[in-house]
Amino acid sequence: MKLGALTPPELTARLARGGLDMDTGPFVVRVEAEIPALAEEMRLLYGDFRVDEGGGLADFHVSVRRPAGPLGLRRWWRQQVMVYLDEARPFEPLPIDMAIPMLEWSINWCAATQANQYVMIHAAVLERDQRVLVLPGISGAGKSTLCAGLALRGWRLFSDEFALIRPADGQVDPWPRPISLKNASIEVIRRWAPDARMSTPVPNTKKGTMAHLRPPTGSVERAGEPAMPAWIVFPTFEPDAAARLTRLPRARAFFKLADCSFNYESLGLRGFTTLSRMIDGCDAYEFTYSSLEDAQSLLGALPLP
Amino acid sequence: MDRALLLRALRAPASMGALAPAEWDVLLRQGLHMSALGRLCALAAAAGVLPSVPSRVRVRLEAALEDVEQQHRLIRWEVIRLRRALAGSGVPLVLLKGAAYLHAELPASRGRQFSDVDILVPRASLHEVEATLLREGWKMEEISAYDERYYREWSHELPPLVHPKRHVMLDVHHNILPPTGRLRPDPRRLLEATVPVAADGLRVLGPADMVLHSACHLLQSGEHDKSPRDLGDLDALIRQFAAAPRFGHELAARAAALDLERPLYYALRFAAQLIGTPIPEASARAVRHAAPPAPVRAAMDRLFAATVQPAPPRDPPGRVRLARAALTVRYHWQRMPPSLLVRHLAHKIGGRRKRG
Repeated sequence: MKLGALTPPELTARLARGGLDMDTGPFVVRVEAEIPALAEEMRLLYGDFRVDEGGGLADFHVSVRRPAGPLGLRRWWRQQVMVYLDEARPFEPLPIDMAIPMLEWSINWCAATQANQYVMIHAAVLERDQRVLVLPGISGAGKSTLCAGLALRGWRLFSDEFALIRPADGQVDPWPRPISLKNASIEVIRRWAPDARMSTPVPNTKKGTMAHLRPPTGSVERAGEPAMPAWIVFPTFEPDAAARLTRLPRARAFFKLADCSFNYESLGLRGFTTLSRMIDGCDAYEFTYSSLEDAQSLLGALPLP
Repeated sequence: MDRALLLRALRAPASMGALAPAEWDVLLRQGLHMSALGRLCALAAAAGVLPSVPSRVRVRLEAALEDVEQQHRLIRWEVIRLRRALAGSGVPLVLLKGAAYLHAELPASRGRQFSDVDILVPRASLHEVEATLLREGWKMEEISAYDERYYREWSHELPPLVHPKRHVMLDVHHNILPPTGRLRPDPRRLLEATVPVAADGLRVLGPADMVLHSACHLLQSGEHDKSPRDLGDLDALIRQFAAAPRFGHELAARAAALDLERPLYYALRFAAQLIGTPIPEASARAVRHAAPPAPVRAAMDRLFAATVQPAPPRDPPGRVRLARAALTVRYHWQRMPPSLLVRHLAHKIGGRRKRG
């Protein structure tokens, strides 16, 4: 059953009692929540995800709660949201309208700290004709905008945050989840795809105004289909710049890629072997751009390595 | 929710071949929290049941074991550097705990997750070792003046050292228990009984002393989330050493000589009760007189069992939190005389207030 098939009251009840096991592809996430407003937003963003009958095996366990605060005041006044990830509480409580960003960060945190079955790169990832495009970069490099833009025009969305590379065979596993858009990007994507569905923008987060884009249905339905990487492109957004692609020597690309990894260091030999093999099978580029149209046409025309 | 799953997996690894997905859900969380996933993988593989584990579980267990093997690689490298640094000093390099199991190639090291190197040096060489390591590039962690004094005067180790390029924590001990504690094993006797291991110039505690040190750690470390790992160590060490015919007697004799009969009593009791370790009859008989009065024993049984069986860690029941608190009190009580304990706690609590 898809999450979207649950009515908001059914979803709220499931979240409150025992939690909901949401199959996101490589990971099953158990979400518990005591915030009724979350149900609407979750249906909007995760509507296409399969939900399992609870009580099975989940990879990550996220509990979204409202801290009561002194004398229980926070229940009524300036409500807050807080996540519990088993023993860990990696984030400070935040105002209640931050529930969705907090849930998303929590799921990312779980993967980044626990999923060492993969070499993980901080990157936007897309696929076309069975070949994967990896766009590594720090926050602010414009990868989420680029990712949303391409995912809404013919590319299959793998992830806007994680390249999950399997050490065994070098394939990349998709993890299509909502794409987080910040500030001006929200308007850019609205103009780019007026029909795209987004969560209500939340102002004043530590990254500015934030909204999440619902992942395309086709990408979510094919979350179980991995593919081989072909292109590693390091993007930089530069206002008014003419789009340009520059080939990057493999050795340099290797170190830049390792630099963007969440777990390259701790994986040791596995990390080195996996990334070297990946670099050998890919072409690497640096890419400066200012418009999504240019990006779409240039990246769409990349030759196979 | 089955809180005994982790202990059952340690007791009977083959049972992991028949767990339902919901049970794995709990066991994986317990194992992650208790740093035991690598060992579970090693045990499942040794029992031949890894192939019958659900594939989603298997990839996680195997990744955990590979993480552990990478850690072991880093530890071995650190020990090589350490040996080079101390080569001219004439001080013997005696490894303790994880690094010892690893270099002596004991089954206790299989899948064992740890990230520190612990060594034992003669008290008389402590200053020389410290000066040498600082000269060779290790740095002392930044700690408060109080903590510094705590380590120097009341503890059995130096403040932790770390090499800034390698990030492996190094603990230099001059004993296995603090000098302020109730139990005072004589470190000279430990050093006299060390044995060489394959790699040149390295030594580890003798088999009986190694079990005794592990027993002390189980009861005196104050880290509840490590106790399943410590139980697993004890189990592996005892199973291996007990193959030697006189080991049970030797263990009892060393416990008496080193003033460690009480910790050994508890360790043997809990290992047998909780994970089914086969205890050498001679040792069990010999330490029976070190048993505490029956009410204390009953209380310790319950407290220990409560802390060692993790609920999936979020919101442990009040009972478990109480048991953890009680064992923490006992830990401090064992470690210092009352006057010092009052001072220490006053300082720590006062400090916490000030920090807000």
